[in-house]
Parts: sequence; structure tokens; C-alpha cells
Amino acid sequence: MIFVFALFLLTLLVITALAIVHTENLFVAVMLTSIFSLLMAANFFILDAADVALTEAAVGAGVTTVIFLSALALTGEREKPRVGGRNIALVTVGVLALLIIYATFDKPRLGDPNAPVHQHVAPWYLEKTPEYMGFPNVVTAVLSSFRGYDTLGEVFVVFAACIGVLFILGVRPPRESLEPRDESSGLRHHLIPQVVGRLLVPFIVLFGLYVQFHGEYGPGGGFQAGAIIATGVILYALLEGEAEALRAVPRSVLLGMVIGGAMLFGSVGVVCMLMGGAFLDYSVLAADPVWGQQLGILIIEAGVGMAVCGALLSIFHAFAARESLS
Amino acid sequence: MIDIGLDILSWILLTLGGACVLIGGIGGLRLPNFYTRIHAASLTDTMATLLIFAGMMLQAGLSLPTLKLLAIMLFLLLTGPTATYALANAALLSGLKPDAETVTDNDKGHAG
Amino acid sequence: MYILVSIAILVTMVLALVRALLGPSVYDRVLAVNVFGTKTVLLLSVMAFLNGRPDFLDLALAYALINMVGILAVLVFFQSRSSIKERAESD
Repeated sequence: MIFVFALFLLTLLVITALAIVHTENLFVAVMLTSIFSLLMAANFFILDAADVALTEAAVGAGVTTVIFLSALALTGEREKPRVGGRNIALVTVGVLALLIIYATFDKPRLGDPNAPVHQHVAPWYLEKTPEYMGFPNVVTAVLSSFRGYDTLGEVFVVFAACIGVLFILGVRPPRESLEPRDESSGLRHHLIPQVVGRLLVPFIVLFGLYVQFHGEYGPGGGFQAGAIIATGVILYALLEGEAEALRAVPRSVLLGMVIGGAMLFGSVGVVCMLMGGAFLDYSVLAADPVWGQQLGILIIEAGVGMAVCGALLSIFHAFAARESLS
Repeated sequence: MIDIGLDILSWILLTLGGACVLIGGIGGLRLPNFYTRIHAASLTDTMATLLIFAGMMLQAGLSLPTLKLLAIMLFLLLTGPTATYALANAALLSGLKPDAETVTDNDKGHAG
Repeated sequence: MYILVSIAILVTMVLALVRALLGPSVYDRVLAVNVFGTKTVLLLSVMAFLNGRPDFLDLALAYALINMVGILAVLVFFQSRSSIKERAESD
């Protein structure tokens, strides 16, 4: 049953990918990329990976589409005509695809209980999470505590990406070319999106906070929450114009969130070392080791959420502010 | 007795919702013009949302998932017509006329 | 009965994808993306119930909120482009 659904969705994925490569209108490619993200999210959902599906839907279909559209508003819409042929690329991709397909012949079947991945560390995580952590979501436990170094690296990668984009696009646009905003910025003249959007912005931010703090009991966590809160602020920026959104959440606050999030994560690790444990060993943070683990995970998830939200909003403003000058 | 009645009612609602979804999909392919296709997509969407979620809420009884389903239904009811308005407005702003017969990606309404 | 509804929603997703690939104008494709998005929310909710996991309804809720933001971004994109063209023509 799951096999049939997954096969069906994967076929649609291949068709969408071929269409993305084939089209020469970049706007169509962005829309088809959004469909691609949704298909992947549905696929992850069918495979029971709810956390990953939530992240893919929030980041891939939401924020990435908006950022692509902002970038498209700065450049042209048609792809440049090809200079060479595509034959070398086609042959390379074809050979690699055949090699990869051949390499999957030895893979264990989906969900086979005797597969090596289910034998060594995974049963230990599944057994020990209620005992060490006291909450049911094993994914959050593995992500934040058992494999905490990986997540620390991820937060710093997000931080580096934000800095990279800000280096290329500039933190603020050159001052002398700022014209006074004309009154047609944002969706100010459209009544229906204004009313509905204003109703929804607080709910989106509230839902983002729910996902952030509920990440130990259901699908959720810092990455998803950061993306959802960033979507709420982007909705406000789309409705009122980007200058108003910058007045509501200024650039200094965004940079502070990115830097603060990364430093919060790192400093929790250092505090753990100062209190006598290893780096990122949260059990020493409180008298009861289970409560110490939960406290540590709460703080680092807050750090991750802040960093992701600040980074996504900085990148969005970097594109959107430039667009108002062209 | 009540259980069987609720079960049958939710079956009927779910089946009607599924039929609405299919009708919307077929309408999106067969109708001739963009503005007519919007009608097919948005009307059947809203109706299908109401029917399917009502059917699922009857099955779940009174519990937290029912509240979540109610929340999702409310948000879909609010945001569906807004998205339709936004799309039709964007098309009209870019010059797509409601009686256009054949249009392509490279129309003068949106030359790149 | 959930399986029947899931199959109906999947078939409609295929029809929407055909419209996204075929659609002669750009707006048809954006409409197809919107339809795809709402059908994904329906599919996620129905399958969350089908598998007996009501906590996965959070995903459907998140996606219902995020879908609208994408379409509003498309409207702002077209509006800014048409106002830039007007400014360029009036210069």
C-alpha cells in the first residue's frame, strides 16, 4: 500500500523534474520547483518521517519560493540561450544514473528488520530515549542530544550562509539611490488580502512558537519553527511593503538573532564543560539528569530557531530591498 | 445505533468530498479559459474541504484532533478565496483579458 | 473509505500537474500550484487519519498557512513588475 503510493509520487517527481529542465521560462521553473518540494514532503510523510516532511514543506514550498520570486524580480525571466550542446552533460548524467541504479541492487528492502541500519545504534536510541530524556520524540532526542555536534555544525552552516548572502548583496542598499516609496508598495490597495493577512500573521507566529516548544512531543523543533515564524514576518512584509516590515523587525534585530542563536548553542556546550561534564553533555545542567537533558534541549532548540528565523529573514530583506531600487 | 449512524454519515460525507475533488480536477483540465478554470478550482476546493473535514471530525469524536481539524478547516476556508482573489487580480493586472482564446507564456501581458 | 478518498485526491493531483505542465499561460501554472498545495493539505490530513496518527495534523496546519503566502508573493511579484513597466513606459 505504502509502496504503491510512494512509487506513484516518485513517478510524478521524475515528470516534474524533467519539466523543470525543459522549460525556458524561469518563472515556470520556480512554480514547478514548488510542486517538486510538495511532492517530496508528501513522500517523506508517507515514509513516516514527519519532522523532515514539516521542514521540507515549510522551507521548500514556502520561504524558498518567495526568495526565488524576489530574485526573479531583479533579473530577467527568460533563460539565456544555450551556447554549446548538451550532449556531454547528457552522457555524464546518464552514466552516473546507471551506476547509481546498479549500486542500489544490494540495498536491503524498505523496512527490513534485519537491515544493518536497524541493528546497531537505532535500537539503543529507541530504548534509551524514554530513560535518559523522558519524552517520546526520538528524532528530537537524537538530533539535539545524542548527535548534538551535528546540529551545532548545522547552525553554524546556516550562520555562514547568511553571512555569505549579506556579503554578496550588502547589508543595506546604497543610500543615495533610495527614492521615496510610492504608495503602491506591497498589497496596500487590496482589501481582501489585507484583512485576511492581518488576521493570519499572529496565528502563524503563534503556531511557529507552538511547533518550537512542542518539538519534543510531536513533529517539530527549531528548524521548522524558525521557518514558520519567518513565513509570518514575510507575510507582513508582503502586505505592508518591505519598509514597514523593516520598521517592525529591524535589520539589527535580525543580525542579533542569527548571531545570538549560534552563540547560545555554543555557550550551552561551554557551560556544560564548566559544570563538569563533557561538551554538550546536558545531564550536568541540573540536579536530575533527565531534567538537565530537557533543559539543555529546550535552550539549544531556541538557539536553532532564532538562528534560522534571523537568517531567512535577512536573506529575504537582502533581495527585497534591492528590488525597490531598480 | 448512533455509532453506525455516525459511521454511515461520515462515509457519505467523505465520498461526496472525494467526488468534489475529482470534479474540480477534471474541470481544471476541460474548461477553456483561465478565468473559468479558477472557478472550478476554488469552488470545488472549498466544498471538498468542508465535506472531508466534517466527515473526519465525525469519526474522531470530541478530542484534540477534532480541534486541530477544525482549525485547519477554518484556515483553508479563509485562505482559499484570498489566494483565488490574488491570482485573478495578478492576471488582470498583467493584461490577461477574460475573453482571450489562446495565450502563451510569452504574451505581451508578461513579456520578460 | 479513507483509501478511496486518498486515491481521489492523488488523481486530482495528477490532473493538476498535467495542467501545470500544459497550461498555455503562466497563470494556469500558478493556479495548478495552488490547487496542488490545497490538495496536499487534504491528502496529509486524510493519511494522518488513515495511519491512525492524529499528531501529524500539525503538518497539514503548517502547510495550509504557508500555501497562501506563496500565492500572495506571486501577486506582489506581478504587481511590482507591472508598476516597473509603467514607470519605464512613462519615462
